[in-house]
Amino acid sequence: MVNPLPRLPQFEYIRMDSVEKTVSFLKDKQDEARPLLGGTDLFVVMRDRRLHPKFLVDLKHLDGFKTLTFDNKKGLTVGAAVSLNQLISSKEVQKHFPVLAQAAKQVGGYQLRNRATLVGNLCNASPCGDTIGPSMIYNGKANVVGPSGERVIPLNGFFTGPGQTSLEIGEIVQSLSFPLPPKGSKGTYLSIGRNKLSDLAMAAVTVSAFPNEKSTSGFHFRIALSAVAPTVIYVKEAQELLADQPINDTTIEKAAQIARRVCKPIDDIRASKAYRREMIYTLTLRGLHEVWKSLQS
Amino acid sequence: MKMHTINININGHKESLEVSSNLTLLHMIREELALTGTKNGCEAGECGACTVMVNDEPVNSCMVLAIECDGADILTIEGLTASGELNKLQKSFMKLNAIQCGFCTPGMLLSAYALLQRNPNPTESEIKEALVGNLCRCTGYERIIQAVQDAVSE
Repeated sequence: MVNPLPRLPQFEYIRMDSVEKTVSFLKDKQDEARPLLGGTDLFVVMRDRRLHPKFLVDLKHLDGFKTLTFDNKKGLTVGAAVSLNQLISSKEVQKHFPVLAQAAKQVGGYQLRNRATLVGNLCNASPCGDTIGPSMIYNGKANVVGPSGERVIPLNGFFTGPGQTSLEIGEIVQSLSFPLPPKGSKGTYLSIGRNKLSDLAMAAVTVSAFPNEKSTSGFHFRIALSAVAPTVIYVKEAQELLADQPINDTTIEKAAQIARRVCKPIDDIRASKAYRREMIYTLTLRGLHEVWKSLQS
Repeated sequence: MKMHTINININGHKESLEVSSNLTLLHMIREELALTGTKNGCEAGECGACTVMVNDEPVNSCMVLAIECDGADILTIEGLTASGELNKLQKSFMKLNAIQCGFCTPGMLLSAYALLQRNPNPTESEIKEALVGNLCRCTGYERIIQAVQDAVSE
């Protein structure tokens, strides 16, 4: 059979027995080496010859990388090699971080999610990455290790552009930490793709909110937009509006209009700029109504 | 090119193979082991035609390196009839004509098999969700979903 699809280019598969050796190898080889988790994004770009590393360094077997832990005080920790299915099936994730589970379910099909990881989805840093908005809204932090030691990067400052993060050469994300969300938190993730379940998002909105005595409205809302800017962005102006003014149909409508105005979508193969802008308005409106309804129930 | 030795258990048979780093599980199954029931569709993890079970969980074999499967148990569509008798899902697919060209069928069957392993009594929406990663361009899916329901009721 003639295969129109080229194979993966040649590379050397590497497994190190410790995190220290792994990061030192990655640092030594610079651009020639890439860390490997599920490979579900990496293999596609390699096969298309958009990336050609000489070495793929597997991280999946490293100590603790497949561990997901939950603690009532410390919150959730997700090891870098925890698959999306492992994340979705965790009772604690479903209970305390439902929007993360909801968004993770939007990634590919079941069999792909057995390989794809949350850390991989974040490090791939696609502006339409489904899990990015919810991970930011839950105040996630990346626990990073590199040649000069460990550091913690809040996800709010982690993404620097399409496919770009603030990780330096040799640095890898070992795990993600999420504090327990404030009491009474509600949220949702709404995305629109070319089909209902498995497609990449053309536009997506994450909305979360919790009761907050400090704000005039009595609530603290957060709105993050995906696939409509170089990185996932917050709609700060709308968040401030919903903190300063009473929540009702009028302020919700205004907030959705702000989201439509501040997003910076592009035309591409999946959707036009104008369509994306309208969908951001619609999804923000729906998301805010949904969250506001569940806050009141 | 450096070769690596891996040992796998495929459909109940032990195999030892020499593989290069860039050989995917899909190409290993089809070309090294000549098990062509596993289909090569998109090679991008989207169509599900290459679905196989690795250590009792379904994966897109185009998105897995053969070398990552050292020591793994692999089940392909050929292994579903290892005893010589068709699996109940296969019988239901035949009974309800849930097949047209047949290209997606091995992947569909393994995704459905994996679903019934983790949830023996799925609802219609659970069946649909489990088959999201398997594309079919002929049937319109209705018969496929009915066939899975039929196998559940067997």
